Amino acid sequence: MIARLIDGVPARALILLGLLLAFALFAPLFASDYVLTVLILIFYFAYTGQAWNIMMGFAGQLSLGHTLYVGLGAYTAAALFVHYGIAPWIGLMVGVPIAAAVGAFIGFLAFRFRVGGVYFAILTIAFAEFARVGFDHLPFTAGSSGLFLPVKQYSGNDLWTLRGEPVMFYYVLLVATVAAFIGCRMLLRSRIGYFWLAIREDEEAARAAGIDTFRYKMIAVVISAAMTSFAGVIYAFYYNNLFPEQIFHISRSIEIILGPIVGGIGTLFGPILGAFILTGLAEALTEGLHAIGVDVPGAKQVFYGICLLFVIMALPDGVWPWLKRRLGLTERQS
Amino acid sequence: MPFEIYLNVAVAGILTGLVYGLMALGLSVIFGVVRVVNFAHGEMMTVAMYIAVTLFSTLGLDPLIMLVPIAVVLFAFGYLLQKSVINPFITRPEHSQFLLLVAVAIIMVNVLLILFGPDAQNVQVSYSYDSYQIGPLIVDATKTYAALAALVVATALFCFFRYTTLGTSIRACADNYTGALVVGLDVKHLYALTFGLGAACVGAAGVMLVLIVDVTPALGPAYTLLAFVIVITGGLGSMPGALLGGVMIGLTEAMAGLLFTPSAKSMFAFAILVLVLLFRPQGIMGKRAV
Repeated sequence: MIARLIDGVPARALILLGLLLAFALFAPLFASDYVLTVLILIFYFAYTGQAWNIMMGFAGQLSLGHTLYVGLGAYTAAALFVHYGIAPWIGLMVGVPIAAAVGAFIGFLAFRFRVGGVYFAILTIAFAEFARVGFDHLPFTAGSSGLFLPVKQYSGNDLWTLRGEPVMFYYVLLVATVAAFIGCRMLLRSRIGYFWLAIREDEEAARAAGIDTFRYKMIAVVISAAMTSFAGVIYAFYYNNLFPEQIFHISRSIEIILGPIVGGIGTLFGPILGAFILTGLAEALTEGLHAIGVDVPGAKQVFYGICLLFVIMALPDGVWPWLKRRLGLTERQS
Repeated sequence: MPFEIYLNVAVAGILTGLVYGLMALGLSVIFGVVRVVNFAHGEMMTVAMYIAVTLFSTLGLDPLIMLVPIAVVLFAFGYLLQKSVINPFITRPEHSQFLLLVAVAIIMVNVLLILFGPDAQNVQVSYSYDSYQIGPLIVDATKTYAALAALVVATALFCFFRYTTLGTSIRACADNYTGALVVGLDVKHLYALTFGLGAACVGAAGVMLVLIVDVTPALGPAYTLLAFVIVITGGLGSMPGALLGGVMIGLTEAMAGLLFTPSAKSMFAFAILVLVLLFRPQGIMGKRAV
């Protein structure tokens, strides 16, 4: 299996990947609390970006409401924990199927009625906004006043209830990111993956070639929604508070999407690279502006927007395809 | 509740809806011709709103008088934005255009935040609390002026596209990009003009909206979403559809606010959007199949 997985990947790429993984594994040993927090954020976005990339990058379906799945996972697991003391790994088994079912519902409605492109994108925003306002009025999750998880000073890390220090969340997210990376590689190398790419490139042609496009688009949305909702569970237990206005807000969906687009849409390493670039950029801007004494709210976001503008204008396919060429890591045709 | 209350709320909703419709008209015109979804639409409107508020608070200029000058400023802004940033992107995939306009939107929201701060600002004109009584109906003067102005601007735009050579050329670009190039139209210039016109529409809508609502920088993304909802409900690319969609959404929000709770009103707007997308994806007045 491993042989199949790395088939055609240049040795240099494997070595670089190994070095990166080793760096990530040992980073908590010498990283400060601040750096660790930033790394947690990076892997959170790398993971959610990878999940979103399955829909857009592989199957070509532009979802702009992915935070819906984050929110559903987060709220389900958190509410079960707060109300019934159910551990997140059990809550996950409720939250992930709920998110997958909602994804399937949206996909079913959209793909049955041939809603595509911009229209599909706006449909996904509509469902996320619907959830945002709906959760604002849901007493079970405390509505707009927010759902809070019990917090205390932890002496150790309890992985089962996800109560503990940031370093535990770091490793959970690192494992999730690596698993998502390998999983996506396997998917891309499978029959489903080739069908997705065919649908992305030309849906009519794919259907003409006998691919059940409805079915494979449904598979994409269900896998993507399920994966994204897992990140929501981790989010809930890491931040310990949930507000519909925050977690379902459209800006959260945009945050998920920016990484893969900047990194390189449809590529496996793009979402990870994009998360490093964007989170790194945001933190560097915070530090940089602080250092030169600029303390105006909004200044950071203006620079962030300008950088984004330059990246998309200079490298429309994303940073990773460009970097890959520069590093000479282009895959051999097997 | 007495019947008059429903009627009053419905009329207020329809009047506000006409202003929404003008805002959405801008988005519809831009999408119909340039085929780019303007994700910075609401942000452009907040820019116009802040210009109106600032002119009023510093020079005492009535927003209704400043309607045309501010629309011209927004036209220039839209023209330059299309010419400099968006034109190279018209052949790029949707997600690429999306990211570009999101970046533009982020910059606009935060420049406004730096300049004006996060607090809500509004305009208090001498006729802010005037109203007309027509039988049992009590109609706000500001909402009436705003709705009338919206109708005038929309009619002017409609006539421009229908009866002028320039308007016809723009429609030619929308119908057949290659054909327009073949007959020698300067498509890039016409695209920029169209984006400018869309920006002027949303600018005019913004100027009138300051009479009705308070403005904060965070209003931008919310109105971008609202414009999407309206345009898709009415039919993306259809001009009468945008106005009709605006009225429908304005009416729905007003009634939902009355019958349920005002904070849940946007849920009903999104529910309408979902229903329209599923059963008539081209929108109520749209012709083109999706």
